[in-house]
Amino acid sequence: MDTPNAEVDALVRREYQHGFVTDLESDTVPPGLDEDVVRLISRKKGEPEFLVEWRLKAYRHWLTMAEPRWANVDHSPIDYNEISYYSAPKSKEDGPKSLDEVDPKLLETYEKLGIPLEERAALAGIAVDAVFDSVSVATTFKDKLAEQGIIFCAFSEAVREHPALVEQYLGTVVPYTDNFFAALNSAVFSDGSFCYIPKGVRCPMELSTYFRINAAKTGQFERTLVVADEGSYVSYLEGCTAPVRDENQLHAAVVELVALEGAEIKYSTVQNWYPGDENGVGGIYNFVTKRGDCRGDRSKISWTQVETGSAITWKYPSCILRGDHSVGAFYSVALSNLRQQADTGTKMIHLGRNTRSTIVSKGISAGRGQNSYRGLVQIGKGAENARNYTQCDSLLMGDRCGAHTFPYMEVRNPSANVEHEATTSKISDDQLFYCRQRGIGEEDAVSMIVNGFCKEVFRELPMEFAVEAQKLLEVSLEGAVG
Amino acid sequence: MLEIRDLRVAVDGKDILIGLDLHVAPGEVHAIMGPNGSGKSTLAHVLAGREGYEVTGGEILFEGHSLLDLEPEERACAGVFLAFQYPVEIPGVNNTYFLKAAVNAIRRHRGQSELDAMDFLTLVREKLGVLHLDESLLRRGVNVGFSGGEKKRNEIFQLALMEPKLAILDETDSGLDIDALKDVAHGVNALRSPERSTILVTHYQRLLDHIVPDRVHVLSGGRIAVSGGSELARELESRGYDWVREEAAAGA
Ligand SMILES: Nc1ncnc2c1ncn2[C@@H]1O[C@H](COP(=O)(O)OP(=O)(O)OP(=O)(O)O)[C@@H](O)[C@H]1O
Ligand SMILES: [Mg+2]
Repeated sequence: MDTPNAEVDALVRREYQHGFVTDLESDTVPPGLDEDVVRLISRKKGEPEFLVEWRLKAYRHWLTMAEPRWANVDHSPIDYNEISYYSAPKSKEDGPKSLDEVDPKLLETYEKLGIPLEERAALAGIAVDAVFDSVSVATTFKDKLAEQGIIFCAFSEAVREHPALVEQYLGTVVPYTDNFFAALNSAVFSDGSFCYIPKGVRCPMELSTYFRINAAKTGQFERTLVVADEGSYVSYLEGCTAPVRDENQLHAAVVELVALEGAEIKYSTVQNWYPGDENGVGGIYNFVTKRGDCRGDRSKISWTQVETGSAITWKYPSCILRGDHSVGAFYSVALSNLRQQADTGTKMIHLGRNTRSTIVSKGISAGRGQNSYRGLVQIGKGAENARNYTQCDSLLMGDRCGAHTFPYMEVRNPSANVEHEATTSKISDDQLFYCRQRGIGEEDAVSMIVNGFCKEVFRELPMEFAVEAQKLLEVSLEGAVG
Repeated sequence: MLEIRDLRVAVDGKDILIGLDLHVAPGEVHAIMGPNGSGKSTLAHVLAGREGYEVTGGEILFEGHSLLDLEPEERACAGVFLAFQYPVEIPGVNNTYFLKAAVNAIRRHRGQSELDAMDFLTLVREKLGVLHLDESLLRRGVNVGFSGGEKKRNEIFQLALMEPKLAILDETDSGLDIDALKDVAHGVNALRSPERSTILVTHYQRLLDHIVPDRVHVLSGGRIAVSGGSELARELESRGYDWVREEAAAGA
């Protein structure tokens, strides 16, 4: 017999079905970054004075910082002067005109993932606004939100239409001094989304479809700000199971969430960027700063993420539990296949009294993927009766991949109750044979095992998204079964 | 039902089976006995299509068709069932969910409609009683944390649900207490019919007290060394295997 897991290896050695090359002309400034470039970005977007100043301060601070080296990932150095920091929104003429011009393989993937027809065009880069506006559902959707005073728009639109709100909250959760990538993002961010839910309003729908369309247009330095005013509720879905066109290797996004008294934000992400080939060439580096601030008493923020894409993921959606009785949660599935590296986890910062947090992390490593969980649970001096439960499970497929956990705990209040559980398991040829002997085909067996492993996280996703995420994992692990 | 002719199997370049012949007619129960390491599990795995075994010669016909060309799941769908000597644990996959997937995979293959949750539950309830399997095991992960005996009962429970044409039980009796042994035997006997056949791999007469075999074979030296009726098993119990080896050596 050759290696005991030869079968598992063959199964995970699948190629990325979604990769495709684009060759778009765009209105781009020359590569490199200095104060003039920062001013230019701001001017092109017609931003108010406070924002130019803020960007410049961020830029100056960024110059004093060094790229972090502590993550368990490995990549060739990024030359920040090789990057072009402004590229005009693509005009409609640049993209394909209709679905007929789109790579049939890509359409096949959309089909497999069950992406609604009207969205496929947008994702494939076809004159998005026209397509989207023609969908009457979308128009009703916008009207319905506006009726209740909910603001949900592109970040640049928010800067124009609601500058006071932006000024009040921007950078209050993730200050530009926070870390290297957050500073860079603050200086040069391109666009993103803004969302404000007024007092006592329960957002009547998942904020998803709209964003999905937006996602196809947002650049590499995306900025998102979600503010839930007192007693409001919103469920926000970011990203998309379908591969989105992208030519930028470095992605450094910032997401800030603010939950005021009694408010609840559920933020779900599915990320499926190009992971690179078997040798790790060409994938996207995803260095994201996501943080939620439970600013008011009894507020709640939960992060749910399914990460299957990118060559390198560096991402720690976190919660600051400032308000008394506030609740934070983090549910994550991270898959690394091929030569993907994922260093992801969360920080739960307990400051208020009777605060609670839950962390459930599921790491799947296949091929030569490396998956690290890095989590910090911090209980401040004043955080009486804080509770945390952390569960951290790893699933290995084959024997050339790796799983690592780095749990950190800092407890400064003796009344705290912090629990941590961790397991590592492996999909073996024995398990696959057992399933097959019972009539279940190999790929079905793998997805059954993987879905079983992830179910606690999928349960947290909105129903539709959960089904998509499940399919996405299947597609991501689909392989040359011989 | 099953016709094995001159089967030769090697593992890691080492010959394990060197010319095994076996004929199992529909409705028959055959017991295969033999010393540790003689190749009983190897035979069972080769029948089920486990990778890693090199078939270097001979053929296996199941209902007249070669099994060797089929994938493991195709063999399962065709009606070959293996109760494992060491059932594997699959954490996170709910046992009921797994059983339903298995039953429906086979129903699909047979061109039958898939069972929905309610129909499946009815089927499960019906079969559970026979085996005295604790219902709580159905809500756990497949075999996860099951005791040795519970794993074996679960195998026979699957057998009862899948109703295969050919059931191969690899030492299902090992490690069972007396009550469990009776339940397992009861489960197997309940499936006995003129259309179904069973191969029991066992070391002990006590299973054969409950499931009386039509034929008993001793696997030794890579082939069937001796065959006989159910009295052969009792003889082995009292005399051991040495005489079989000597007789086989003399006969060769
Ligand atoms: N994967 C393997 N690699 C190397 N040798 C193997 C492998 N599988 C089986 N063998 C060898 O093949 C021979 C037959 O093993 P097998 O498990 O079929 O015996 P058995 O008759 O079932 O024994 P037991 O009564 O102990 O269950 C043994 O010598 C065993 O060591
Ligand atoms: Mg054996």
